Amino acid sequence: MADNFYGEVLTDHNLHPLHKHELDCATCSQHGVNPSCGDDIVLNLQLHNGIIENGSFTGSGCAISQASADIMLDLIIGKTPEEADHYRELFMRMITGEITDDELEELEEAGALQSISKMPARVKCAALGWRTLEALLKAKEEQNEDIDKS
Amino acid sequence: MMNRDLISKKNFPVFDAYPGLTYLDNSATQQKPRQVLEAVEKYYREENANPLRGLYDLSVKATEAYEGARTAVKKFIGAKSEREIIFTRNASESLNLIAYSWGRENIKADDEILVAVSEHHSDLLPWQILAKEKGAKIKYLECSESGEYAAEALKKALTPETRLFAIAQISNVFGRLNPIKKFAEICHENGTLIVCDGAQSVPHIPVDVRALDVDFLAFSAHKMLGPMGIGVLFGKEELLEKMPPFLSGGEMIEYVTLDGATYAELPHKFEAGTVNAGGAVGLRAAIDYINELTFEALEQREDELTALAFNEMKKIPYVNVIGADDPHDHHGILTFTVEGVHPHDIAAIFDSENIAIRAGHHCAQPLHQFLGVQSTARMSLAFYNDENDIERFVSVLGSIRRKMGYGG
Repeated sequence: MADNFYGEVLTDHNLHPLHKHELDCATCSQHGVNPSCGDDIVLNLQLHNGIIENGSFTGSGCAISQASADIMLDLIIGKTPEEADHYRELFMRMITGEITDDELEELEEAGALQSISKMPARVKCAALGWRTLEALLKAKEEQNEDIDKS
Repeated sequence: MMNRDLISKKNFPVFDAYPGLTYLDNSATQQKPRQVLEAVEKYYREENANPLRGLYDLSVKATEAYEGARTAVKKFIGAKSEREIIFTRNASESLNLIAYSWGRENIKADDEILVAVSEHHSDLLPWQILAKEKGAKIKYLECSESGEYAAEALKKALTPETRLFAIAQISNVFGRLNPIKKFAEICHENGTLIVCDGAQSVPHIPVDVRALDVDFLAFSAHKMLGPMGIGVLFGKEELLEKMPPFLSGGEMIEYVTLDGATYAELPHKFEAGTVNAGGAVGLRAAIDYINELTFEALEQREDELTALAFNEMKKIPYVNVIGADDPHDHHGILTFTVEGVHPHDIAAIFDSENIAIRAGHHCAQPLHQFLGVQSTARMSLAFYNDENDIERFVSVLGSIRRKMGYGG
């Protein structure tokens, strides 16, 4: 059940997202969807000198999908792709209920979404931004490998 | 003689197992009264054998139970004969049966199939697939924003090429009752068959296939107090007679050789393999329940509760009810949006208060595209709901915007 699901952190990021806008300086973008519920976002990152210098998302969906993407961008902007991927791994373990208290602290505000682990139907909503990030980083990595080989 | 006690939630054991549950997802599936559960159990305890096959007393009993259910269905919807009643798994399978069996024999390239734009995917995909396979065209009949279909629009949409028109008697999104009798008349003047999806109507209003003059009617038992896994296809005998079998296997043949087979008579031609006798017995018990309660009492109660919910919902700012302005046109189905709140968040907040409603596109994506909304929330009630359920629903609905962080 959704007790305390919609806490202030979540509703605030949903109604007043910091990172929901177009990003003209983006160096890479990735589309992510949850076909069964219609959540639909595009994640944009500006990668420069091995750092995620800026990021944004656009799209539509439930409060959990939108707030989660906004919180994610708060956490990963200014970090390296490797660090971002580490947060992703922690977040995915958190929403499936397999995380330690220390790890939870690392996630800062994203820890507010921990209670979603108790509501399996909404895990995919919370995971959308992060899954999209994973797909984006993977595509980027493959691109780099191709460049290295050539 | 009407039995008032049957209207009560007390007859539904799920509410003992799940006390405090406000169940408002009846269009998806209804809860089952004790009488239905007991009938199914009694069949398996006392009458179970493979129906239609065995040459011994118990199998004869099983056959009688199964065929007795068919007779009950025949009477319930006013069919002419048992030969017109095919047991399937559900309304979706019934509609697929028409598309595969009648459709593949009768639809040719450039023929047209007309489908109401508000149709459930079950009454849309089988026609899309059929049309694609045959090179036929799918056309959509549009409704007004409140879900109303006009006879004039239907007349205009029909062409000499229109072979079939598919429409629900009651839409699972609008809850509006379509004038099927009138539409059947218009279709038949044009030489077009009419397929009626009765999944949302048969549980809530008396349906008489001969009075409506529909060619096919499909419905599911589980949306009308009965078990899951048993549904009905009604078809006019002269149409079913000419149709090839849908599935093949045991009990649908007359005679089989190494080279081929001749098929069994109606209705068994369409019921390959071991049948769902327990399900059919449960459906019969559901029909008995409704008959004993009477449609008059059932409709009166559902209408009362719909009006109560509708009028309260209209008072809440930012809540929009989709469809007709008159609650009597909703038949227990109230589809709505809350401005600024995604339907999945609406459903999650209701769930946190132990209230079950549906959110999403209700298997009617083309309709949502037509209405220009991505998804909606839906509460759907049945006669066994009560005023307390409606009060709880309305009270939570009124708190949603605040819970989602909107001030005021």
